[in-house]
Amino acid sequence: MSANVMVLAEHTDGQISDGTYELIGQARELAGALGGATEVALLGRAELAGQLGAADIVVCVEHPALGQYVPEAYERALLEVLAQRSPRLLLLSNATVGLDLGAALSVHWDAPLVAYVSALEVDGGVVVATAQILGGKVLAEVELPAERAIVTLLGGAFSSAPGAATGPGAAAPEVVHVGPPASLATLRTSLRRVVPAAGGDVDISAADVLVSVGRGIESQENLGTVLELAEALGVPLSASRPVVDAGWLAKSRQVGQSGLKVKPRAYLAFGISGAPEHLEGMRRSELIIACNTDPGAPIFAVAHFGTTLDLFDLVPELVDMVRD
Amino acid sequence: MPIKAVPDLVEEIELTGDGAAIDREYLTFVLNEWDGQALEEALLLKDAGGAEVVVVGLADDPDIDQFLYTALAKGADEAVKLVAATPLGPPGPGGTSGADRAALVAAYLAAHPADLVMTGVQAADDLDGQLASRLAALLDLPHVSVVIGAEPGQVEPAAKEGGHNEDGGASVTVRQEFAGGRCHELEVQLPAVMGVQSARQAPRYAPITRIRQAMTAGGLSELVVPAPAPGNGLVVRQLHRPETTGGAEMMTGSAREVAGQIVGLLRARGLVKASAP
Repeated sequence: MSANVMVLAEHTDGQISDGTYELIGQARELAGALGGATEVALLGRAELAGQLGAADIVVCVEHPALGQYVPEAYERALLEVLAQRSPRLLLLSNATVGLDLGAALSVHWDAPLVAYVSALEVDGGVVVATAQILGGKVLAEVELPAERAIVTLLGGAFSSAPGAATGPGAAAPEVVHVGPPASLATLRTSLRRVVPAAGGDVDISAADVLVSVGRGIESQENLGTVLELAEALGVPLSASRPVVDAGWLAKSRQVGQSGLKVKPRAYLAFGISGAPEHLEGMRRSELIIACNTDPGAPIFAVAHFGTTLDLFDLVPELVDMVRD
Repeated sequence: MPIKAVPDLVEEIELTGDGAAIDREYLTFVLNEWDGQALEEALLLKDAGGAEVVVVGLADDPDIDQFLYTALAKGADEAVKLVAATPLGPPGPGGTSGADRAALVAAYLAAHPADLVMTGVQAADDLDGQLASRLAALLDLPHVSVVIGAEPGQVEPAAKEGGHNEDGGASVTVRQEFAGGRCHELEVQLPAVMGVQSARQAPRYAPITRIRQAMTAGGLSELVVPAPAPGNGLVVRQLHRPETTGGAEMMTGSAREVAGQIVGLLRARGLVKASAP
């Protein structure tokens, strides 16, 4: 085992993802506290190592099956990297790739996993992770064992590292190559095609104001209430994931980790509790006004103004006033 | 189809006095919403191709009978409740840990193999990770999470893209979603495990009369499975509620008064037209 902290790089169309830079930023802090180095596992695209200047070491695995993300291929390649490099910690995004690989690697690499992590620190040599569970309503402080562990980190909770090496005397990272495991020849999963995101009837990321609705709206029939407000303001209606998954609004209206990231001048949130995945998509809005009957709802931690009034009492009054 | 009961997030969550666990005494439990999506996708596959859907829950989950009977009322063919042969190790903050849950379901599946295991991509209390990929690793099966649709397929012998899938056989074609809505369409040989984000259509509704009929008819079997070795390697120091201080300035007053404050904030920024349509 080393004291190194490893990050799995995610990339699309030749670009390292923004989330990867957040993971590297956090890895650098932890590696500094543990006296180790920051390593980045870069699978399938060694030529992107130049975008990973904030890493100390970039570990590359090259194989035709690794050009695009395929869970089984990435899992097998990453296990080979872990076996050869033995980092103390592996950091993954708490998005598709982390949800896909985290628990499987936990079993195969025999390392505990903590998910939904929004803070990591070293306390007397012990790594302590803070996980936001139950939609962010409860924080769990968890000690990680000294040998090895896996952490999936929430997006938007950490500062990003730069893509290029910076600072006086900054050097490009050392590049290490690990041979692909033979098991990549017998995959049971293959990529047929990449499907681009479907465009919607409206681009919510371009709106100055968004009226956004969450689980608190309770039913599709009740959507009319908030739709009336959106129409009175002349702005689009957006939503958190449960409303879209229920089929009440189109996917193009979804704000959050698996939807769109928005930064309007004003974001009006009705009946949205503020799960970490949602906050990731809207926390950078200039003005956030939240309405939720639960005073402990996590949305109030990022909102500028809040009310615990029932949305069904408040929204009709808003409609009246906007129309006056 | 492993399913799980989770606390209803619409309600306030209370912690035990020592901050070590969630106080479950007065909590309402609901079916994990992603499991509801996975069940719908499984039932769509059944509607299309005649699959047999078996729903599996843990006997220790609160109100699990109700969720299993509801699944039967929606069209599942069989419902099974798993009981650990010996008491489990210390529970996670929200009940049975993810590691223990996966081990119990894996023990069931080892004895009763399924072609396709579908479960919710995550649950709100998955402190130690998600069930689908943990289960797949325990069973050495391929897996895909954040699935937004699955269709039966057939893998050709000597397949495409560098000779993967060298054996012919049944497969499933799935869409895996990434941030912003981009998807990968993957072909996965069966048996396999899927973590479902959303079904191709909203979960169907089961009328209460049909749920009552399912309860009256019985059909819920109970099965004892070997208990896993205890522990997931994590030490939970404490639970606490998030600080909201420094966050929102709370507006008080009647609905009309608060509406006035909100419209004032928007007008001050020029975001409400003088006379909107």
